[in-house]
Amino acid sequence: MTPRRVSTAESNQAEPISPAHSPQRRGIVRGGETLKEHRGRVVEATRRTGHYAGLERLALKEEDPILYEKMFSKVRAGLVHARETAKKIAASPIVEQEGELCFTLYNAAGDSVATSTGIIIHVGTMGAAIKYMIENGWEENPGIDPGDIFTNNDCSIGNVHPCDVAAIVPVFHQGELIGWVGGVTHVIDTGAVSPGSMCTGQATRFGDGYQVTCRKTGTNDEPLRDWLHESQRSVRTTKYWILDERTRIAGCHMIRALVEELIEEEGIEAWDRFAYEVVEDGRRGLQRRLRSLLVPGTYRQAAFVDVPYAHPDVHLVTPQARVNTIMHTASEITVRPEGTWKLDFEGSSRWGLHSYNANPVAFTSGIWVMMTQTLVPTERINDGAYYGTEFRLPRGTWMNPDDRRTAHAYSWHFLVSSWTSLWRGISRGYLARGFLEEVNAGNANTSNWLQGGGVNQWGESHAANSFEASAEGTGATAVRDGLDHAAAIWNPEGDMGDMEIWEIAEPLLYLGRNVKTNSAGYGRYRGGCGFETLRMVWGAKDWTMFFMGNGYMVSDWGLMGGYPSAAGYRFEAHQTGLEERIREGRSLPLGGDGDPDALGYEAHLGPDARVKRDQQACTTESTFEDYDLYLNYLRGGPGFGDPLEREPKAIESDLNGKYLLPRFAESVYGAVFTRDEHGTFAVDEARTAARRAEIRKARIARAVPVRTWMKEERERILAKDASIQVRHMYASCFAGSEPFRREFRSFWSLPESWTLQEREIVAEDPSYGYGSIAREPLDALPDVKRIVLTEE
Amino acid sequence: MSEIAYTKKEIAELVDGRLVPEGVHRMLSMPKDAGRFKTYLSVLQERVKWKHRIVLPYAARLYVTTSDAGRDWVIRCECGHAFCDWQQNWKLEALVYVRDTKEKLDEVYPRLMSPDPSWQVLREYYCPECGTLHDVEAPTPWYPVIHDFEPDIEAFYTEWLGEPVPQRHR
Repeated sequence: MTPRRVSTAESNQAEPISPAHSPQRRGIVRGGETLKEHRGRVVEATRRTGHYAGLERLALKEEDPILYEKMFSKVRAGLVHARETAKKIAASPIVEQEGELCFTLYNAAGDSVATSTGIIIHVGTMGAAIKYMIENGWEENPGIDPGDIFTNNDCSIGNVHPCDVAAIVPVFHQGELIGWVGGVTHVIDTGAVSPGSMCTGQATRFGDGYQVTCRKTGTNDEPLRDWLHESQRSVRTTKYWILDERTRIAGCHMIRALVEELIEEEGIEAWDRFAYEVVEDGRRGLQRRLRSLLVPGTYRQAAFVDVPYAHPDVHLVTPQARVNTIMHTASEITVRPEGTWKLDFEGSSRWGLHSYNANPVAFTSGIWVMMTQTLVPTERINDGAYYGTEFRLPRGTWMNPDDRRTAHAYSWHFLVSSWTSLWRGISRGYLARGFLEEVNAGNANTSNWLQGGGVNQWGESHAANSFEASAEGTGATAVRDGLDHAAAIWNPEGDMGDMEIWEIAEPLLYLGRNVKTNSAGYGRYRGGCGFETLRMVWGAKDWTMFFMGNGYMVSDWGLMGGYPSAAGYRFEAHQTGLEERIREGRSLPLGGDGDPDALGYEAHLGPDARVKRDQQACTTESTFEDYDLYLNYLRGGPGFGDPLEREPKAIESDLNGKYLLPRFAESVYGAVFTRDEHGTFAVDEARTAARRAEIRKARIARAVPVRTWMKEERERILAKDASIQVRHMYASCFAGSEPFRREFRSFWSLPESWTLQEREIVAEDPSYGYGSIAREPLDALPDVKRIVLTEE
Repeated sequence: MSEIAYTKKEIAELVDGRLVPEGVHRMLSMPKDAGRFKTYLSVLQERVKWKHRIVLPYAARLYVTTSDAGRDWVIRCECGHAFCDWQQNWKLEALVYVRDTKEKLDEVYPRLMSPDPSWQVLREYYCPECGTLHDVEAPTPWYPVIHDFEPDIEAFYTEWLGEPVPQRHR
């Protein structure tokens, strides 16, 4: 049966986008266009009109709103249902327990129509892979046919990190392509230099894990045998790998069937309109929200995170990566009176020799994970939000590398730290409008990542990545505290998982799982506290582990007088003597590390114990034997408002719940309290008020006018008095951004003769020179067309 | 905008952090109320001890307000202290205490849970009159003081609210 064509008159649209009127069939898209022609027409119409695909009218929505809503509800419900069902196929606790998967439906141009719950950063990343296939001629070679399965986890074309593996399935109607379905799971291991999905031991892509570039890995709905054989032996955790793939494929096929059913019921013409109008609808929805929630103007932020690689416990085969440096993200949000906005990241750090780089699509798509939790808290997340936002990610920065050598395994290290600053920015707008319930001081740095691998308690080769990091403290709002050990920015559906499941999955017994005392940022409303788990290795062979998180820096600032949450640290212990202590029935290190300065665990270890307790919260693999200990500390969220305004009763509750150490209740909150014989704290409100008045006076007495301090700081800058990691950060940012250099010089009134160049840093340590000059962009490769989706 | 509206009492409770959780959840989950800004402003205006009109709440205890005759709007602390012209960076007129040593950081975090000052410092900005802590920056040393918010107030009033712009003297 020949598909019915929709004419311009019938569709009553200014620019009907699908299908085209193609007298002679050239390509596979419904109507006869090639994929490249079709996408070209969508992009051009969008550019010309400012409306997605030129849709100045939402004809279907206006003419038959019930049908439009019905179609959306069916699609969305089908996506969520597919995710919930398919995840039961997986054996990996990352997918099955934590819900680290997501399914998205795309139109023929590769723009997302709707997405499921879960790790919705992939609303854009799989679309980037589809666009890569479209623009690089996949239609001709290897060909795109009904029943095909494509696999992608290539970070150079949009993926976040190699462990996010996507299956992409084209959707055909009567032999013509009408859309795509993508499904992604976070696999537990990718065969990188170290076990675990987000490892740290590599400095370039050539150690970042097995990467597959939109490869046709299945036909006739079945995975190809060569793919199964090759991919299994490229990773450590084969069982999880195969079951994750089945999860992805099953979900994609469920959604494909749903679309086929929807078309059967409502007609292909309705789909043709819906699949494009819904994107334009999403774009308009974002603009409405901007106008109803923010204030036009400019919002500026900065974010930082540590890369402490000049340490003996960071073993890198790339010697030039063994340096300390700092990553910087400068951000400026401009909300225009007409309700559009631009996010500009001029001045941000260059990509580096670490696994914390990000592709532009990972950066921009990930922002929607955050925005669905605040600015656009609807289920209508699709590429409309992308089309409603102008992003500027300068080429060469860590979020838009101009070099194909970059590693991305833990791009989240700085993605989460950068986005927490965007919360602060838009929260200023919320507060100004009176939408205090929307204010959020930010998100936690979503670490630590307990990772490693070896032979597990079941005698199998295994990799571990504890996704307990799915439950960090959240930021304080302007009306209440952040949530304790509750969520991670990258997965609003996240969960810390059951201990029993983790003990099955990993050869690590729990000796404690507690609130992490004092991890939250202080404030009138405090951030949520994180939590900590003490794990004892048991039943493992050839077992290694490492730490991944922030330590020397906090990456999430407080807001409007609130403090940042606490920095990270590591605790590991070897030769613990615990085997003997257990046998003899002696005391054991149990529960939380309440005050890390008190060295509480050490009192319950043997005399020969070798303990590492320091701020080196990022390490590479080290060997762990049975009875060794590892503390997994999940961070807290930042605070809001002056801590001296915190309700005394709230402080009392924090003390009694062990959320806060008494000495900081005194020094930060000005609380005066007593403790009875049962250990219960009681805060004295009157004496606290008097103490707070004294603290306010003491603040004024100890502080100096900002302009006085600036003169002193300027002298330090003139003398180049700062650590090498600080100077390297500035020198590399100056090298990449003339505007940032100019603004810095202007702010500090520095003479023209003052410069800070990378060659000065390189003269001190030649390792810093790597990556400062030579470039090898992706599109220097033959036959590769890079897809550029943001201003550079 | 929807027709959802909240009473002045509800908004006052929200400002005080005393609105019941169900109420906060309702505000989060429902479309936003078009009249919020006006109600919010009236709640705040009744509470401040000074005569100047609040033009825009700027931070937790900072406001853009009208000023004495002949002066443009200013950024004002809740205590009444006027920092600067509303388009300037108020932090430059504040007092600052920089925690740039482990000893100073020990006052606010356990030693193992505080930043290393060779990587990062805390800059606490206080009101010179009342000592309120208005902001804590946590950048690397040398970082310029961030001018974090420059609202386009005239466009906000005229184009978004459809209200007259409060009187100003340029």
